[in-house]
Amino acid sequence: MTTQTQVSSKATALMSVLFVALLGTATVFLTGFAHSQTLHDAAHDVRHASGFPCH
Amino acid sequence: MVTSALIAGFAAGLFAALLHFAFVQKYILLGEDYETGALVHFNGVAAPAEDHAHDHTTAQAPATADPATPPPTEAAPVAEDGHAHSHDAAEGDDTFSRNALTSLFFGLAYVGYGLVLVAGYGLAEAFGKRVTLREGLLWGIAGFAAFQLAPAMGLEPELPGTMAADLTARQIWWIGTAICTTAGLGLLGYGRGVVAMIGAAVLLAIPHVIGAPELESYSGVAPPELAATFAARSLGVGLMVWSSLGAMAGWLWSRPQ
Repeated sequence: MTTQTQVSSKATALMSVLFVALLGTATVFLTGFAHSQTLHDAAHDVRHASGFPCH
Repeated sequence: MVTSALIAGFAAGLFAALLHFAFVQKYILLGEDYETGALVHFNGVAAPAEDHAHDHTTAQAPATADPATPPPTEAAPVAEDGHAHSHDAAEGDDTFSRNALTSLFFGLAYVGYGLVLVAGYGLAEAFGKRVTLREGLLWGIAGFAAFQLAPAMGLEPELPGTMAADLTARQIWWIGTAICTTAGLGLLGYGRGVVAMIGAAVLLAIPHVIGAPELESYSGVAPPELAATFAARSLGVGLMVWSSLGAMAGWLWSRPQ
């Protein structure tokens, strides 16, 4: 019973790690990589200054 | 988990914007002046942001420009009075919205990085490693190495007015480098034994052995001095912001919920 609880709590922890990592990656992608012209123009200076490939 | 990332990310984003406007932005604007042709490299037009040091070294000064007094040279482009005023007002609005967007996107970028970092803290904790302020600082420095320093080894932070290879190819190399460096540094920090260390070294080296997409020839219009200062400063600012992001997120993470 205890081992089962431990296993499931570890699985839950890993699931939330995965979720948060994906959320973060998506945010970074939108800021630094998305090819949309509007996003590119808005994030232009940040992309240049943070070392993201731009243009 | 998300809360510590959001708080630390926004704070780091604000810090990034502050340092950016203090140290980096003027080089982007100067680079754009060269990119659009408002300033021309080798044509004797002294950059307006240059400080007084240059005025003393008249040996370097362009022969075609009037070398007499520096202030009139700076005032020269704004000669037509009426024009200058209306233009300034429109430009002021543009600058405001541009800088507001820059601050917003710095916030977004570092919230994103903060989320990735805190996910890493969660992963470490699932394996019994506690992350506090001190470890967080190291994680932040590692994040800087993975997301800025290592990609910059192949793809230097680009000043507008400099040239670079195909965008998608560069993005793929950048992402691959960030992933390999993250994995390599993770193994280096938490791995045990010789095999882990060798694996870490291989992961860290692979992107640079493959090499970033390169240009066949160089035809940037911005001066190399400008590009070098810009690249060095953006890396310096990156290190400062990433370290504070890591430390802050580590501190928030380790606080009792």
